[in-house]
Amino acid sequence: MKSPVNYLTIPALALMLSACGGMDTKPVVSGAEASEAPAAAADSGGATTSAVDALGVINGVRIDQENSPDSVRTIYFEYDSSEVRAEFIPVISAHGELLASDSGIQVVLEGHADERGSREYNVALGERRAVSVRGLLLGSGGRDSQIRVVSYGEERPAVVGQSDSAWSKNRRVEIRYE
Amino acid sequence: MRKLTVVLTLGMLLSVSLASFASRLTIEITQGTRATTPVAVVPFGWQGTGPKPPDDIGRIIEENLKRSGRFTALGRQDMLSRPTSGAGINFRNWKLLNVDYLVVGKVQETAHDEYVVQVQLINVLSEKPLAGFGYPANRKTFRRLANHITDVIYEKLTGERGIFNTRMAYVTSTGGKSPTYHLYVADSDGRNAQSIVRSGEPMMSPAWSPDGQKLAYVSFENRRSQIYIQNILTGQRERISGFKGINGAPAWSPDGRRLALTLSHRGNPDIYTFDINTRSFSQLTTNTAIDTEPEWSPDGSHILFTSDRGGKPQLYTIPAFGGRAMRITYEGDYNAGGVYSPDGKYIAMVHGRDKSYRIALLEADTGHLQILTNGILDESPSFAPNGRILLYATAGGGIGVLSAVSIDGRYQQRLASPDGDVREPAWSPYNQ
Repeated sequence: MKSPVNYLTIPALALMLSACGGMDTKPVVSGAEASEAPAAAADSGGATTSAVDALGVINGVRIDQENSPDSVRTIYFEYDSSEVRAEFIPVISAHGELLASDSGIQVVLEGHADERGSREYNVALGERRAVSVRGLLLGSGGRDSQIRVVSYGEERPAVVGQSDSAWSKNRRVEIRYE
Repeated sequence: MRKLTVVLTLGMLLSVSLASFASRLTIEITQGTRATTPVAVVPFGWQGTGPKPPDDIGRIIEENLKRSGRFTALGRQDMLSRPTSGAGINFRNWKLLNVDYLVVGKVQETAHDEYVVQVQLINVLSEKPLAGFGYPANRKTFRRLANHITDVIYEKLTGERGIFNTRMAYVTSTGGKSPTYHLYVADSDGRNAQSIVRSGEPMMSPAWSPDGQKLAYVSFENRRSQIYIQNILTGQRERISGFKGINGAPAWSPDGRRLALTLSHRGNPDIYTFDINTRSFSQLTTNTAIDTEPEWSPDGSHILFTSDRGGKPQLYTIPAFGGRAMRITYEGDYNAGGVYSPDGKYIAMVHGRDKSYRIALLEADTGHLQILTNGILDESPSFAPNGRILLYATAGGGIGVLSAVSIDGRYQQRLASPDGDVREPAWSPYNQ
């Protein structure tokens, strides 16, 4: 059996590592424009032009309890993986802080899998994903008593269809406030 | 003894019923075998003054035999005569039509809704009757009787027990965004489908009790997984497991006294057994990996299960009362959902390779693995009780359909529902 201490440290470490990785944001510059511009400039009497980094847009995540369409409550996963992708760490930690701020808040983490492979194994995979998200919620202040995990495996696809794109939308954990 | 709650819910979202929904599976033979025995099932004679029988017994027998993949049947339009008993048969004509065996019979009305059905199976080459029987019948029992007669004929001609008087259970999902789920029980030919549970939440993993009278299944009706056992003859059911986390993959022991199942309330999915009489659970696996999809070996000594303890899902066995787990699959990086053939000689499973998930058959003695199907999303294999045919779920034109394949891979048929997605077929044991 895992000790509760291990249980808390691993996600907390993951949170720190991924947060550092997440800061290393690349400027939003289209590769095609950047390479064509100097070539065109070379014909015009020796003058050369260069580009500066775009200011870019910083997108915060909104995770309010209300059903606002822009609040992020779905965490997506890679095939056969329950590892939380770096891009979702800020989202989950924001949910964790919300749980920490009010012990009356309850969430259900619904784990899901894509339709490939065996059904009951997919239920287990969906649970493992939800448990990963729970670990991060606990790591950012949520309490165990506030979180319930249920896995539907492949039984409740978000998108119906047999394509990589449909499958990627079905491998997910939905955070539902009760 | 701790008493568990007996739940009998009749609500808006869920109702348990024996009502017949007009739903029916349609059957299409998609691949035939080469070595078939030619038979002719002559239309049955009729003697009576009341209403004619509701079912054409001869036609049902003929369709059953064709569907088994082992027989071809002479078309009625090609028959030069239509005898209804073994007397006075012109064997020369049947030999010219290359018929090896002849099925003849008649239905006689004896009283209001009482009939006697006479049948003979005749060997055309030896010109001798192989079997003859008489059965009582009424309007309600004709179809069942026709299936029974097919079983007798099939066993006489192949030496193997027939499976025409068995059933199958399966799950359907209909209605797009907020689907309705049904657990159905149908005859093995897809007819006579009856919904035994309807729910607004998913249902999974139907498993037949060895006496064919009960089904264990998983229901998410309270937005969590729970395992129920339902008597299919009375519609009554009982919740046997509703722990925190996963309650999944129920499987009956061959003696019907225990269930193997998956529970995750101690942190991760492990295999447990549940004693139906004492209501006690015992934990069989204690691994930190995923352990799920238990199935009992036919002799009850071992439990087969899926585990990713080696990194990827593979099949393992463990003694049913505890011990060391042993890995049994090594080919490919995805083997899951294993089931034993009734004689224990084979294990069918979902075998993933090159982005396709197909049904494969592992020969227990040799370790030889044979891929039987050619879909990309094949799953949920279930053996017919005679071990000859595997029923499984596949994707056909975007929705789930059922398929059947003979274990030599030579014969395939497809069963589709006009209503929507069909999945998780479970073939019943022999009728008892």
